[in-house]
Amino acid sequence: MPIVNDLTIKIGGEAGQGVESSGAGFAKAVARAGLFIYGLQDYMSRIRGGHNFYQVRISEQEIWTFRDAVHMLLPLTTEAVERHWREVVPGGAVLYDVGVRFDEAPLRERGVQLFPMPLMKIAEEQGGSRIMMNTAALGAVAGITEFDFAYIADIIETNFKRKGSAVVEGNLKVARYAYDAGQQQYAAQFPWKLRARPGPQRMVINGNQAIALGAIAAGCRFISGYPMTPATSILEYMNAKSHQFNIVCKQTEDEIAGILFAIGAAHAGARAMCATSGGGLCLMTEALGFAGCTETPLVVVDSQRAGPSTGLPTRTEQGDLLFVLHASHGEWPRIVLTPGTIEECFWAAVRAFNLAEKYQTPVLIMQDLTQSNAIRAVPKERFDFSQVTIDRGKLLTAEELDRIDNYRRHLVTEDGISPRALPGHPNAVYVTTGDEHTEYGFITEEADIRRAQMEKRMRKEEVAQAEMRLPVRYGPEDAELTFVGWGSTYGALREAVDVLNQDGPRANLLHFMEVWPLDWARVGALLAQAKQLVLVEQNYTGQLGRLLRAQTGQTMDKRILKYDGRPISTDEILAGVRGEVRAEVKVYA
Amino acid sequence: MLDIKLYNSPEKSTWCPGCGDFGILNAVKQALAMLELYPHEAIVVSGIGCGSKLPHYIHANGFNILHGRALPVAQGLKLANHDLKVIVVTGDGDGYGIGMGHLVHAMRRNTDLVHIVENNQIYGLTKGQYSPTSDKGFVTTTSPDGAIEPAVNPMLLGIANGATFVARGFSSEPKYLAQLIARGIQHRGYALIDVLQPCVTYNKVNTNAWYKQRAYHLEEEEPDYDPTDRVQAFQKAHEWGDRIPLGVIYLDETRPTYEEQVPALKHGPLVKQPLDGTPLEVWEAIKQEFV
Repeated sequence: MPIVNDLTIKIGGEAGQGVESSGAGFAKAVARAGLFIYGLQDYMSRIRGGHNFYQVRISEQEIWTFRDAVHMLLPLTTEAVERHWREVVPGGAVLYDVGVRFDEAPLRERGVQLFPMPLMKIAEEQGGSRIMMNTAALGAVAGITEFDFAYIADIIETNFKRKGSAVVEGNLKVARYAYDAGQQQYAAQFPWKLRARPGPQRMVINGNQAIALGAIAAGCRFISGYPMTPATSILEYMNAKSHQFNIVCKQTEDEIAGILFAIGAAHAGARAMCATSGGGLCLMTEALGFAGCTETPLVVVDSQRAGPSTGLPTRTEQGDLLFVLHASHGEWPRIVLTPGTIEECFWAAVRAFNLAEKYQTPVLIMQDLTQSNAIRAVPKERFDFSQVTIDRGKLLTAEELDRIDNYRRHLVTEDGISPRALPGHPNAVYVTTGDEHTEYGFITEEADIRRAQMEKRMRKEEVAQAEMRLPVRYGPEDAELTFVGWGSTYGALREAVDVLNQDGPRANLLHFMEVWPLDWARVGALLAQAKQLVLVEQNYTGQLGRLLRAQTGQTMDKRILKYDGRPISTDEILAGVRGEVRAEVKVYA
Repeated sequence: MLDIKLYNSPEKSTWCPGCGDFGILNAVKQALAMLELYPHEAIVVSGIGCGSKLPHYIHANGFNILHGRALPVAQGLKLANHDLKVIVVTGDGDGYGIGMGHLVHAMRRNTDLVHIVENNQIYGLTKGQYSPTSDKGFVTTTSPDGAIEPAVNPMLLGIANGATFVARGFSSEPKYLAQLIARGIQHRGYALIDVLQPCVTYNKVNTNAWYKQRAYHLEEEEPDYDPTDRVQAFQKAHEWGDRIPLGVIYLDETRPTYEEQVPALKHGPLVKQPLDGTPLEVWEAIKQEFV
């Protein structure tokens, strides 16, 4: 009996061998065939060599994460076999070029099938270039899984079009030949099959692209920053769209300048952002507090990677939560969003710019490496641009400014929000400063003014609390076990909930897509309803758990924590729930 | 010429009597009046230090940033609204110490702004430590044996790093300084104006008399001096000690500004462009790029 549209393919090799482009290309072909995909990228901090992999999970139902089991492994190097053969399920296969040598005995013992093919030779003889070996491999996979070749041909044309027709033709020939050869040789032995399910088109998009797209939709026309993995692709996407939307994109001398350029642009009236990772955010902290003090609207993305220090530069972590909540000295109002899906990334970006202007303060979006890079097939309607609204808050219009007298930039108001004038109008000539200041923006050291301004600023956070989103529940209301998580672990947790609700015990999830400020009494009540709270985070100390305990007094019954730089999987979470010991995760009961 | 009173701020300054900052403030006001720039048309961006309180003492838009961080904010401001005349005021610690990294990049970008450095060769607001422009051997509480490093040479720094207007003024000559600032504002590109300025409380070496004795006007004493000659400018920039030249040391009017070369700004200032109104078809086309 064939197993249709439920498999994971993993390509492993050196940096520079085209692991990512091949994997993502295949994923896109499958998505065009109407199937759901999740593509996970794993790479090292080097340009050539080392070991990278790309893992594509394919399903007929919508999927939100990867799974540990691999059905087809495509190793481009011996190291790739050695690192990953244990992940291949019995009955699954390793498809490889005859030139890749390894000890076959343990694989055979496990029941893993070996599918050697002359992939390099096919590339050379059919396409005239060894570079096309990856095309041969993917053609062979398509043949073995009996996937409609038309989709492979289609993606080859899309991906190689700009390299000219000779390259397209060569790759098509290679793919076709390998497809036929793979099908003839191995299709009968391999039970996992791919069947196209033509239907509505879906976008294949990653979290950073979604944030950039949301930012552009929200009217962000200024981004400044310094390249830093894994945030760089936000800067790059904005650059790619800079002509179409008149976006000023400025690569600065360092992250300090990155945030300061954005503050300058925001003060002038542009919707401005910067995107960085933890180390860059460390450099930005002084300016972050300056923006808080001067009430400058600003959006900052922290795409987390494993720290401390340079840490694991190309690996994931959720280690910055408490840092982001406290970054910069002193106290000032901040808003922190923690989107957990690609759709949430888009809407978080849109919302961040509105909240930043409404409350005239920095809004931080917490992203992480996994969600920055991982792709999913997302139904197009989830990016409904007609629902994007732009709310500039108490920004004074030219007409309002024409009538204004005795303008005070930091006017004390009931909600703490002062009418905001952009520099350039004769009726609103003002100074402002990161020193404590009067309502007019002049430096002061007077205690009563200090109290009034401090209270005014912090009042904004209290007011904002009312519109911040409480954790969303996934799964049945009554459950034996309630997962608690934030950010990109949503997918793995959601699928863990689904598995548990089939196999038991009944489970649900409280997913925090926003973490600050929140109505903590209501959060506490939600937590109190749970029978057993299981915290799942990708850090060492369980930072959300610490925050929840501090804010609500609720403690977690169990903590499943992972901090090795690799994304936590549904399987690891399930193992943690079931009390299985695994080196990859630490479970504290 | 506008009335200089137009730029009077209600704020009282915290500067010591006799501080060179008064002359600089006066010169900035004069320059704005001369150029007939109204208070809302200019923005004064400063760092932290005694002199960086200047935006509070002048009626114009002001943005008083962090120590060392005025230049990047000023550049971001200019990129978002190039209709504003941007005047950056920093001290020597701000500009040549903590902000040095930003300084050299601002110079090579040639963003259209004037950068006035109130250079008193000492840290005044922190009560008397040596600064990047303190001469070698200068004794302070943090250099009790005399400063070991040679001083930063702002003129050389400017010429070497691509500044297109490099000049020196003196706070005790506010009229002359106002002329320099006005020229700096009019100059298209980054203009550095290093200003000799006595700190009457903490710098007992580089006093008003010390500067007066040494400073001379370059264009008067050397009428043939050509600031557009880069080699000559490098030579002149080395002059420091017994004689200190005032005036425009280096000038390059051929280079375009940074913002003139940014495609997004061809249609006018960023802040004057609409944020929304993109037709849904455009978004649909972008979504299609991901299919």
